[in-house]
Order: sequence, then C-alpha cells, then structure tokens
Amino acid sequence: MIEAKSLTRRYGPLLAVDKISFAVEPGTVLGFLGPNGAGKSTTMKMLTGFLAPTEGTAVIHGHDIRTDSLAARRKMGYLPEGAPLYGELSVERFLKFVAEARGFRGADVSQRVNAAVDRLSLAEVMGQTIETLSKGFKRRVGLAQAILHDPPVLVLDEPTDGLDPNQKHEVRRLIRDMASDKIIVISTHILEEVDALCTRAMIIARGRLLADDTPAGLLARSRYHNAVTLTLDDLETAASRLGALVESREVEIRRGKLTVFPSSQGNLFEAVTRTIQEEGWQVDQLQLEAGRLDEVFRTVTDTAEAA
Amino acid sequence: MNNLGVILRRELASYFATPVAYVFIVIYLIMSAAFTFYLGGFYEREIADLEPFFRFHPWLYLFLVPAIGMRLWAEERKYGTVELLLTLPVTPTEAVLGKFLAAWLFIGLGLLLTFPIWITVNVLGNPDNGVILAAYLASWLMAGGFLAISACLSAATRNQVVAFILSVVVCFLFLLSGLPMVLDAFRGWLPQAMVDGIANLSFLVHFSSLSRGVIDLRDLVYFALVIGFWLMANRIVLELKKAD
Repeated sequence: MIEAKSLTRRYGPLLAVDKISFAVEPGTVLGFLGPNGAGKSTTMKMLTGFLAPTEGTAVIHGHDIRTDSLAARRKMGYLPEGAPLYGELSVERFLKFVAEARGFRGADVSQRVNAAVDRLSLAEVMGQTIETLSKGFKRRVGLAQAILHDPPVLVLDEPTDGLDPNQKHEVRRLIRDMASDKIIVISTHILEEVDALCTRAMIIARGRLLADDTPAGLLARSRYHNAVTLTLDDLETAASRLGALVESREVEIRRGKLTVFPSSQGNLFEAVTRTIQEEGWQVDQLQLEAGRLDEVFRTVTDTAEAA
Repeated sequence: MNNLGVILRRELASYFATPVAYVFIVIYLIMSAAFTFYLGGFYEREIADLEPFFRFHPWLYLFLVPAIGMRLWAEERKYGTVELLLTLPVTPTEAVLGKFLAAWLFIGLGLLLTFPIWITVNVLGNPDNGVILAAYLASWLMAGGFLAISACLSAATRNQVVAFILSVVVCFLFLLSGLPMVLDAFRGWLPQAMVDGIANLSFLVHFSSLSRGVIDLRDLVYFALVIGFWLMANRIVLELKKAD
C-alpha cells in the first residue's frame, strides 16, 4: 500500500507539488492526469525516492521514503519519463546490471532477466545495443527493468508517450496483466488511457490534487453524462421538440449533431427514443453519452486556473 | 557497499562499449611517449631513469583526466539515466564511489600500459626500480585527484563541455598553486601561513616529491584528502543539482 502524506516539493520559489495526500491499495491502477508541468512527474520522483520532498512524506509498504528510502525503493519498479537507458550497453548487459543492483546474484540474475525478457518479448534484441533499438523496443526495455524484481509497486511515468497505436495497445495490455495484485501508478495526459487502463484517476494541476475518483466517477461529472446525441436531417425541429420534454434540460446543436442534456427527471434516453418513434424521424445515429473526460478535465483544471 | 562493485562493472562496461576507452588509451600512450622522447630528451640525458616520462604527467592529466571525468555525471543527467540509477536501491555514496573508482581504475590501466618504457629503461641501464614504482604510484594518485575534481564538477552541469572546461580550470589552479607566479599574487596581502597553505595545495609539489621516490606519508595523505574532499563535494553537488 502507498500512503502519501502532504507531499510537497518546491523548486526555489516555484511550488511544484502542493500538499498532495492519498492512499492506494493493491489491485489499483492509479492514473495521474494533468496538463504538462502540473506536478505529476515531480510527485512520482518523490514517491520513487529520486527527489526528497520539501515537506510531507510517503510510506511504501511500511517504508517511509524519507527515513527508509532503500527499503522503499526495493518495493518499487520505476520507469522514468522518456524511459532513459544506458544506450551504449546491450539489452542483456543493461538488464543484468539492473538485476545485480536489485540485489540478485549468480543464477538468479539470468533467471530474472530471462523472465522479464520473455514477458516483454525482447529475446530477439537481447544482444543489440540499446541506442540502435526502435522507440517501441526501448520503452519495452525500460519496462523490463522496472518489472525485473516483480515489485509490488510500479511507478510508470508516461509509459505510452510517443508510441504508435499498436505499441500503446501492447503496453496497456501488459499493465492490465500485472494489475491484479500490484499497485500501478501511471501518469498520462492521454485521456483515453485513463478510461482504458485505470481503476482510479487523479487530476493534478498546478501541483494540487483537484479530483480523485474512478474513471466512471469522473465521467459522471461531465455535462455530457447521460446526454443523448443524435444526427438527423431536420435538426432545428427536432431540437425544439426534444427540448420541450420534461426529461431534457437543454439542447445543443454542434457540428451537425444534436445533443440533448438530461434534467433530473425520468430517463432521457427512453424519452428520446419514444419521441423519435412518435414523430417517425429518420435518425442516422443515436448515442447515449457516458460523459466526456476531456470536458471534465478542462472544467476541473480551468477552475484551478481561475482560483 | 554491496552495489559498489555492480556500479563499477557497469561503468567499465560502458567505457569499453564506446570508443572512449580506446581513444583515451591510444592518445594517452602516444602523448606520454611524445613528451618523454621529444620534450623530455629521454635518450639525450643518458640517465637511466623515468624522470622525463613522469615530468609531463601533470600536464598530460590536466586535459586527459577532465576528458574522462566530464561524462561521469553530466552524461547521466543529460540523458536522465541518473534518475534510473538513483531510484535503484543504491546509495549515493555507492554511486559516487563506484563511478569514481571505475574511471580511476581505467586511468590506471592506461598507466600500466606504459610498461614498455619501463622495460626500455631497464634494458638500457640500471634504474632504481623502487623510485619508478613510487613515481607510478604518485602519478596514479595525482590522476585520482584530478579525477575527483572533474567528477564533482561534472555533477554540477548537464553539459559535458562546460564540465570539461570547469574541470581543466580548477585542476590548473590546483596544479599551479605552488608556483611562484601564483604565490606572489597572494604574498603581498595574505599572512605567510596562508601562503604556505596555498603552496601546499599544489599537486605539483606533492607529485614531484613522491615521484623522486620519497614516499612521505604527508604526500599520500594529501592526495587521499583531496580525493575524499572532492568526492564528498560530488555527493553534495549531485544531491543539489540532480533535480534540475
């Protein structure tokens, strides 16, 4: 379990992380979400023991990162932002170094390296120099070094950043596979990733924790949550007809689509489908919206900006 | 200190995985030979010793050791691998010492590869091999001093060129502080004790007495202190600057 207690970090006069507190249980994939420069990476750097917090602390499986840093680091695997690696080494030599630094000796070293290599399908590039690898392979090497010692806590800073869609999918699959018994903390500014991967999401902006919820919970904050969007020929008529329903609060026409927002009464989707049948409209598309993360994200972070 | 060896081996692997090792060793051997034979007048002196070989080591190291030392931390910081290294269960002391020792051993290897000159002088005459051994030790210790300075300054920047220039300047000051031209600048306004102190900081003074075969404990302690001081400074600078 991870417990962050008022983690704070200043860089000179700049307050990068401002009293962030949270607790995470095993089995959680926690997503840090926020604009660039929001303090996501700084928080991760403090959790992993790279930076000392200016104030506050965090406890990783019973080990305080300030007073018991080495033990805390042993419980963690970390992929720093951009997956930095010793480019001049071969994949094998590099992973062996990490295994040895993680305290493995003798036959355990090869066994650990091989297990990680299998998991990330790196066998074909084992002997290759890291700097000659493609971006996707480099990222996989970075992940391999993070999971080598099968840590209960994984901290991955933008694990899919800069990868192509197939590689992103691959990395997400890997994270999901490992998620059941670990705590995985990822940071991202890709919103779809939160929905695809995380069981819990935190929005961080200007160093402050602004929202801490499940992805579904965040979606429910959206104006679009349970709204109904449809496309048909005569948008204006439909808008005035649907806007008159008790179940609807508001209508909006944007880019050839009509969106009806729910009021607090009844079931809007049922009401809309009933009206469509009654009026005999030709509807090309009909969609019940779960909510739009980008809109929630903007609302939450803009409020912080204004405050 | 379990991980000292692990870091040391990784560092050495990096030297030999890049041209750094080969370029350094080849240049070092060529330059030291050129200095010995052309500037030092090894043959013309007709004395069977290695004084003309060791005499130029301070000047050779002035440029070559910062060239090795400049990458130690600046490169790690530039590529972000310092974050990887220092989030492994490795203490900063292990990291600083491991990197320093790897580079120092590597320079030692270069020094050992100058053995043909030792064979040559033994073929040509009957040198005092004890003095030669002491001079080799002195040379390696002095290289350690230069290296500790370079390692510390390398942690202060992520730019290797800046690290190199800073290191050369600071090493140059340490080298020259015993020369009259530097001391004269202080003599007018500092008490004699402090001027002596500055003179005693000089690498040249301690190196030349050791390399004449006079193994004085004070000279050994001097180099040990210089190395220790700069490595501690390295730890502190690293701690302060790693976040930038």
